[in-house]
Amino acid sequence: MTKIMTVERVVAELESGMTIGVGGWGSRRKPMALIGGILRSPLQDLTIISYGGADVGLLCAAGKVRRVVAPFVTLDSIPLEPHFRRARQEGTVAFTEYDEGMFMFGLLAAAHRLPFLPTRAGLGSDVMRVNPELRTVRSPYTEEELVAVPALEMDAALIHLNRADARGNAQYLGPDPYFDDLYAKAAKKTYVSCERVVDTADLLKAGPVQSLLVSRSMVAGVVEAPGGAWFTSCEPDYDRDEERQRRYNKADWREFLDEQ
Amino acid sequence: MCVVACAEAFRGDGEILAAGIGGAVTVLAARLARSVFEPDLITHDGVCLLTGDIPALGVAPRVVEGWLPFRDHLWLVLNGRRHVMLGASQIDRHGNTNISAIGDWARPKAQLLGVRGAPGNTRCDPTSYWIPRHTPWVFVEKVDVVSGLGTDRGAYELRRVVTNLAVLDFGGPDGTMRLVSTHPGVSVAEVVAATGFALDVPGEVPQTRLPTEEESAVLAALDPGGLREKELA
Repeated sequence: MTKIMTVERVVAELESGMTIGVGGWGSRRKPMALIGGILRSPLQDLTIISYGGADVGLLCAAGKVRRVVAPFVTLDSIPLEPHFRRARQEGTVAFTEYDEGMFMFGLLAAAHRLPFLPTRAGLGSDVMRVNPELRTVRSPYTEEELVAVPALEMDAALIHLNRADARGNAQYLGPDPYFDDLYAKAAKKTYVSCERVVDTADLLKAGPVQSLLVSRSMVAGVVEAPGGAWFTSCEPDYDRDEERQRRYNKADWREFLDEQ
Repeated sequence: MCVVACAEAFRGDGEILAAGIGGAVTVLAARLARSVFEPDLITHDGVCLLTGDIPALGVAPRVVEGWLPFRDHLWLVLNGRRHVMLGASQIDRHGNTNISAIGDWARPKAQLLGVRGAPGNTRCDPTSYWIPRHTPWVFVEKVDVVSGLGTDRGAYELRRVVTNLAVLDFGGPDGTMRLVSTHPGVSVAEVVAATGFALDVPGEVPQTRLPTEEESAVLAALDPGGLREKELA
């Protein structure tokens, strides 16, 4: 059964007020084609869970976001994301700020359908002060106090990979899977955009079996979107478009939509 | 010389990852230490490859000895076999640092990166800092948002702080910041004036050592474009 759909169809399945996870890391392999679809839609009031980059910045700039859940928002080669900064400084979005490792444990907890996972990361820092809902647990074995990172549950996840088949098996060919498999496992519904849709039989022609990152049982929809991570990187298909990112850092965010 | 002072932070670390974050100087420091006096150190390419050789800045490794995608980097932070050299926009006398936001967190005057991995890094791993601009606006009485833990908040081990003026550690009373050495041409008074809190200053403060000939040669090969100088400019 094919799950091929358009960006517009994916966006039509989302609703205002949803919690949406976005794969990739910083300015790497972000599902920008799908983000563009949200920017063009009437969706609003979203909670965005992300190792954040321009995905978070654009959605904030377009007024789509109620809350950001992230350990950072950065463009990597440009350390500070301009639109997220403005949104924070103008007080237009709420922010749940976690340590990077806490954030991963939140994804792992949701992927495993656990209510929380314990970690040392975050203890003693102002992450505990600025997120007063966070609780600690005591180890039943050693009495050590640990942060109980709540599961990062999400209504939908958007990820971008190099290849996928029409049923939703998806493959990364770059050096780092990031956390896209965890988003897929954590979300109620996951939508994969990819550089190219191929026959299932052809997946292993491009990479080893370990590159099959996401199973179709986790995937609700597949969008073929060549260049769909642009201007972020999608190795080995393309590197980050640094020149375009520099313009993004200075120009009106709507130019991104015109050029996409 | 600042690179050498940063590299010294890794002396004795053995077979762990020396992770330089946020620029040329910290990355060079890890590679220099491995090249010259700490050969078992593990260094990475700045992305996710552990390098078998020690390439120059911006050059891909010829030999790859391991793979460390972000998820394993975050695992390694908790595992602890890692010494990280971080940056900071603010640091206080106990070594609490801020890379998150300036001003009131709820509505900051300046939103910075976010806490990133600083809370876990400082709780679980030895941590050092490289701060290229030693000023009272960075070395503050109290940081606005505690991202990295100080000695008074359960830091695992804060090894040293290297700046453009001096080398410091936390050997002062109650784990407070102590002046270890001043760089050539920098007076103790200048360091004290550039620090926004009372610094522990021993009776005699030596000068930071200069690079050896071997270290200078290695640095010239690792950084032929002089990126380390630009970071200090």
